[in-house]
Amino acid sequence: MDAMIQVGQNLFGAAWPLIWSVLKIVAIVAPLLLAVAYLTYFERKVIGYMQIRIGPNRVGPWGLLQPIADGVKLLLKESIVPTVASKGLFILAPVLSIAPALVAWAVIPFADGLVLADIDAGLLFVLALSSVGIYGVILAGWSSNSKYAFLGAMRCAAQMVSYEIAMGFALVCVLMVSQSLNLSDIVNGQGKGLFADFGVGILSWNWLPLFPMFLVYFISGVAETNRAPFDVAEGESEIVAGFHVDYSGFAFALFFLAEYANMILISILTAIMFLGGWLSPVGFLPDGFFWLAVKASALLFCFLWFRATFPRYRYDQIMRLGWKVFIPLTIIWLVVTGVWLISPLNIWN
Amino acid sequence: MEFKLILFYVLSAILVGSSLGVITSRNPVNAAMFLVLSFFTAGAVWMLAQAEFLAIVLILVYVGAVMVLFLFVVMMLDINFDRLRQGFWSYLPLGALIGILMILEMSIVLGGQYFQVLDTPLPPELANSSNTKDLGLLLYTQYTYPDQVAAAILLVAIIAAIILTYRGRKDTKRQVIADQVAVKAADRLRVVKMDAVKPQPAVTAAPESEAGDGAAK
Repeated sequence: MDAMIQVGQNLFGAAWPLIWSVLKIVAIVAPLLLAVAYLTYFERKVIGYMQIRIGPNRVGPWGLLQPIADGVKLLLKESIVPTVASKGLFILAPVLSIAPALVAWAVIPFADGLVLADIDAGLLFVLALSSVGIYGVILAGWSSNSKYAFLGAMRCAAQMVSYEIAMGFALVCVLMVSQSLNLSDIVNGQGKGLFADFGVGILSWNWLPLFPMFLVYFISGVAETNRAPFDVAEGESEIVAGFHVDYSGFAFALFFLAEYANMILISILTAIMFLGGWLSPVGFLPDGFFWLAVKASALLFCFLWFRATFPRYRYDQIMRLGWKVFIPLTIIWLVVTGVWLISPLNIWN
Repeated sequence: MEFKLILFYVLSAILVGSSLGVITSRNPVNAAMFLVLSFFTAGAVWMLAQAEFLAIVLILVYVGAVMVLFLFVVMMLDINFDRLRQGFWSYLPLGALIGILMILEMSIVLGGQYFQVLDTPLPPELANSSNTKDLGLLLYTQYTYPDQVAAAILLVAIIAAIILTYRGRKDTKRQVIADQVAVKAADRLRVVKMDAVKPQPAVTAAPESEAGDGAAK
């Protein structure tokens, strides 16, 4: 690695830091997009087996080339802009939904020290970006100039705004116990404690002392990404496909890329905040990116499992769960955590 | 020229341009989106000044929450664009006056000798520490009382806004959550035992009619 940096500096001189950053960004985004593509394949396979079908199996061995075929198909299709649509915003909307989903990866630590931007306010950065993702949806719904799209956008926006608050409060509990907004510090903080000293680090992670917050965060994450059973924004049986009903071709694909990139992001964040990130669950195995990938994949499987298992929530029940169950619960747990931290039983110092 | 300075000028140009867009665009939704862009760039400018907490909170609160509600309202309204344009010239002198006043105030604060904002060097211990933590320490130790007063005022404002605008409808329908939670499958669903095969009455009907039906199909 150092040799590569040396060669780069000699070759490009002053422009090297820029090129080096771009290379690092590509090294994150390219595997991410590949993961997104294969997550769609994995979803169809998992749901297929859960419904006693076999899922995609025609394109390539075991249907493994299916996501590539889908991508090519969507690229080659015509992107139609409806005549009465607000054209500029109609094109801007998919861009605004994919961009925050990708930018948030800048602060994700993949292993100890392996992070693009190791900023102090990483947690705040993630919160801010997840709140920006909503614009793509609202603009898509409004600029299509169609009633179904607008209804979908309204539902989606109301849902995202509601669940963001619960997610924010759950993360406040995490930052209270880890005393830091830096994501690497949050993970390293989970590696310390009584159980970690005994070699069972899995019991030192945040999920155990903050168990209600772990559940609230992950379920809110499912709602935030508009996934089943909270997918009223798409609501195929009621409003056709929600906010992106008027999109076609690759503009439509961008919304899907954003949705799946957000799913992976939420899974990774849950793993980092509550499941110890790259830390190994037991003392005798080494830490590393492998563990983060395993944890995130397990959480992603839950996303798919939920979709295959639960019927869609009724709209008022979604709102009730967000505002009247999750937010009070998080506020109570905030107080509990605060009292715990100043009590002699504090386990985090 | 330093890279940071170039960045500052680029961001400022975007900020000024998008602010002009807010007041000149014909469509209110476009204006709102320009406002989002200007908040975002303002956040970036603050980030350049190493005020990362303020920058991110600006984006979190204004872009992530306030402007979303703004967009909601603007999208729901049926706005007559021509009516919006009316009286532009009669309001211009007043607007210009307020603008000039604001520029004067800013220049007194930033450039004058009374406040000395720019001349004060940063304390060295601030340069390398997380300003989120420093702000938190100040807010919850030295300024706890004003902070709590501000919080109380905001709470009053929230409640007042709801009370002033809420007009309860007489025909509102409500969900009774307790009943919904307490419901059992037997309350909604009746399982009826049936034979798998319907007992056929001894039919001696003429086969011709069946043949006729078949032909009709």
